[in-house]
Amino acid sequence: MGAQLRVYKRRIKSVTATKKITRAMEMIAASRIIKAQRRVAASEPYATELTRAVTAVAGGSATSHPLLTEAEQPKRAAVLLITSDRGLAGGYNSNAIKAAEQLNERLTAEGKEIVSFIVGSKGVAYYGFRDRPVKESFTGFTDNPTYADAKTVAASLIEAVQQETAEGGVDELHIVYTEFVSMMTQTPVRDRMLPLTLDGDQATEAAGGKGVLPLYDFEPSAEDVLDALLPRYVESRVYNALLQAAASKHAATRRAMKSATDNAEELIKSLTRLANAARQADITQEISEIVGGASALADANAGSDR
Amino acid sequence: MAELHVELVAADRKVWSGEASLVVARTSSGDIGVMPGHQPLLGVLESGPVTIRTSGESGSGTVVAAVHGGFISFADDQLSLLAEVAELTDEIDVERAERALEEAKSEADEGAERRADVRLRAVTAAR
Repeated sequence: MGAQLRVYKRRIKSVTATKKITRAMEMIAASRIIKAQRRVAASEPYATELTRAVTAVAGGSATSHPLLTEAEQPKRAAVLLITSDRGLAGGYNSNAIKAAEQLNERLTAEGKEIVSFIVGSKGVAYYGFRDRPVKESFTGFTDNPTYADAKTVAASLIEAVQQETAEGGVDELHIVYTEFVSMMTQTPVRDRMLPLTLDGDQATEAAGGKGVLPLYDFEPSAEDVLDALLPRYVESRVYNALLQAAASKHAATRRAMKSATDNAEELIKSLTRLANAARQADITQEISEIVGGASALADANAGSDR
Repeated sequence: MAELHVELVAADRKVWSGEASLVVARTSSGDIGVMPGHQPLLGVLESGPVTIRTSGESGSGTVVAAVHGGFISFADDQLSLLAEVAELTDEIDVERAERALEEAKSEADEGAERRADVRLRAVTAAR
């Protein structure tokens, strides 16, 4: 076998092995998307009911709560960035980080100091490499977040919000995560969680399309209900964001691995062509060597006969 | 007879939904019973059993759930019970809860003791 041919054969073999791996990863991710999607759907009733309750209290009572009112001069803003622990997901992490960067720039331009909270080791690594301060980071559960994980993340956020601004507390709470729109589309979103903004659409939607929210009787009191509701609201928002991010990550992995598999196939095809050409060149050369050798022999024999 | 529609949802799933004629839950200011036509209400729930007297399509009977903190909201004959953790009594493993209660008591783990206690109370209420 020619040296050239051997090199091609070896490369085909290694690309085939890679293709097998990427194909397997694609299928694993595909099966996980379904599971993650189901969990997003399962968490929805709680989130909608909770949003409705929060809207009812915030809109239906004349209470002013520190978590609902805008600070006159917001000095600090917390940004929770949700990335994944592992890569191989195409532009998933860099898109989320880019969205957070844009948000940070905007907030800095508004004169607010950024306090970063990060979920996922990819985001932690990005900030660590650039020596940026991170208030707190959470890793180890991005593939399969549970409500308890969301609670730990939310707890430190709430703590930061409840601190006095002078003592390092934050006035605003933003969240950056990747929304799972469909199998093919996942978009990074930037949301402001607190202070709560209740635009008309949301309120109407929460009231079940009936337009006006009923006048609630609060038990024990509007303030107490709100005090209890808002942390739960933050938790549920964080939980939902984590679940969506997980589903998006799996979808992104699936897509990245699918194109990797396709590329491997393409590569194998062109390498096979090259290997075939090399093999034929080898054969042609061998034949011409044989023919050349035979005719040289024939010439020599013809000379000795004489 | 008027009915109210009940949705009992936990953070990660819908636990129970259906029609009911009476729901009894414990709020921070005492037990409260909600019947159809009650005035709109939003309250904070204490950990404890919630009793739902079912009616209509779900048949008449009683559903008891152990609810670990949460909220009750009622408007337009729609009642929602929101809880971080909620379990129906048939989902509760009594032996395990009893064991957990013993363990929690010996280790003085208040949170775990409360959780186990709520579960056992709910099971007792269902009987």
